[in-house]
Amino acid sequence: MGCGLCEVYCALAHSTSQDLIKAFKRERPRPVARIRVERTDGLFLPMQCRHCPDSPCVDACLTGAMYKDPDSGAVAVDPYKCSACWTCILVCPYGVITRDIGTGIVAKCDLCPGRDVPACVANCPNEALVCIEDGADAQGSRLAAAAQERTGGH
Amino acid sequence: MKTYLPPRFVIDRYAERCIACQVCVRQCSFDAHAYDGEDDEIRSYEKNCVGCHRCSVFCPTQALNIRLNPLSYRPNVNWQPEFIEDIIRQSEGGGVLLTGMGNDKPYRVYWDHLLLNASQVTNPSIDPLREPMELKTFLGRKPDRVELDPASLSLKTQLAPQVAIDVPVLFSAMSYGAINLNVQESLARAATEAGTLFNVGEGGLHQTLYKYANNAIVQVASGRFGVHPEYLDVARFIEIKIGQGAKPGIGGHLPGGKVSEDVAETRMIPAGTDALSPAPQHDIYSIEDLAQLIYALKEATNYTKPVCVKIAAVHNSAAIASGMVRAGADIIALDGLRGSTGAAPKMIRDNVGIPIELAIASVDTRLREEGIRNQASIIAAGGFRNSADVVKAIALGADAVYIGTAALIALGCTVCQQCPTGKCAWGIATTDPILSKRVNPDIGARRVVNLLRGWSLEIKEMLGGMGINALESLRGNRLHLRGVDLTDGELDVLGVRLAGR
Repeated sequence: MGCGLCEVYCALAHSTSQDLIKAFKRERPRPVARIRVERTDGLFLPMQCRHCPDSPCVDACLTGAMYKDPDSGAVAVDPYKCSACWTCILVCPYGVITRDIGTGIVAKCDLCPGRDVPACVANCPNEALVCIEDGADAQGSRLAAAAQERTGGH
Repeated sequence: MKTYLPPRFVIDRYAERCIACQVCVRQCSFDAHAYDGEDDEIRSYEKNCVGCHRCSVFCPTQALNIRLNPLSYRPNVNWQPEFIEDIIRQSEGGGVLLTGMGNDKPYRVYWDHLLLNASQVTNPSIDPLREPMELKTFLGRKPDRVELDPASLSLKTQLAPQVAIDVPVLFSAMSYGAINLNVQESLARAATEAGTLFNVGEGGLHQTLYKYANNAIVQVASGRFGVHPEYLDVARFIEIKIGQGAKPGIGGHLPGGKVSEDVAETRMIPAGTDALSPAPQHDIYSIEDLAQLIYALKEATNYTKPVCVKIAAVHNSAAIASGMVRAGADIIALDGLRGSTGAAPKMIRDNVGIPIELAIASVDTRLREEGIRNQASIIAAGGFRNSADVVKAIALGADAVYIGTAALIALGCTVCQQCPTGKCAWGIATTDPILSKRVNPDIGARRVVNLLRGWSLEIKEMLGGMGINALESLRGNRLHLRGVDLTDGELDVLGVRLAGR
């Protein structure tokens, strides 16, 4: 329904103070939300890292900072290795990796390690966000969508 | 035209808490909040605030409080601020004052003057956690007497169709159009899960809700919208709507703007046309006419389901109810003075009808006196707020109650009365596709089921306290009620003794 509370609580989850008011009003650098609600007429779509099985960002990363957790399959970034070249941002097919100007490295959804469910899911008032492992063929569906786009839907 | 209306509410924004996240801006459908990018601040426009609390509830830092505007007029018992502002509104807009929800005037709420009994010493109370407690209710015509076959001990009397409900609370008529499909689906699923029924109102039964039809009451109202053979066939029972507590004697008008393709298809009318429900049913000008429609519907459904007739509680309800029962109604629904609506003329809502408490008592008494009380069940409606109201209604003589507002409150409604605007910020009284998303049927059904579960537990506690283990034993048992702070005349109509007697 487009309230944007997922963005608020994502930023909070990635703040140092873990306090809403301190995080937004005093904390510098200001915490960055890794989820963004795309808004068009009547349609609100929260966008965050899809943790693609084929993960183009990992392949493109120049320094090896972007990696895929072998156990969980989640794509994560090692802040000590990230050189802020933004190559991952260029290749991300969903446009869900952002620049964190404050820290000088990239910011992306890390599925909130240490929590049972990510903060955005836990705080979505309408249960619009769910966290599931669907095992879908991300690359296949992306390529199919791209092919359809190229041929004008035919 | 410059409006002379003062803002009704004050929006307190605590600057030290506001993080300018704009959640309030996005949630307010009345434009009472706006973001100023230049100053990175949220501003409030109090003249637009309707006091629905959507922003305050969703504010992640509790930075918002909404309170009544303390702007005072010179005290005047006759010229209350409401009357002054109604005149201002009409002088600026002309036309009939429209409002939503139920009568908000300080007429006596008799529930608050009725007290329940409890067992002490001479009769044991029952603990519902340890002993079975029966809330099951059968709606429909009961026979004058039952005959058993002496050999097999099976029932010889042929019973009229009965509808069993697990809790004596049903959801009152709210049509698709007045509320959106997500709200109807929430109620449909809650009714299915809780073992009760929801009423589709006069807007027809949407295709997606047919799977809940076994828990649906379908209405045949004056506009006859959406009535077709399958609609009647799938329903649990049929309700002929004569009147509604919020607007007795008044028809309905769903503006063409709200008649979307989907609403139009369900109502079986062209999209974009006004859906006009005439004030009377034009084929019912007498009890005999009513009997014709009742039997036409029974015939159409092969006598497989009860037919209910719903009227607004008015001065002659008792006599009318008697006629309805004699015309063949298996269930009569009475909708009292405080019954709610999606849109009604304010003068009608606030000044027409009688309180449901008095209507239940007088109708029950009249039907008993005439020896026909068994021939129809009574469903009472109009402003039931909690389980104690339900228990008192049943002790007064109702078989079950309809709740509308209480169910909507469970879904988020704060009774702000903006239903006719179609901009409901809680996504309830609106068919706007964006606002409708605010009611998620998964969550909605859960909330309403929780409410019914809570009420059921409380009803069982109250019954147990009275030493009763079945709701059936309380029905019409007014000795379990006592009145306080009521006149002799009121006690007489209610058929209830004064507390202490």
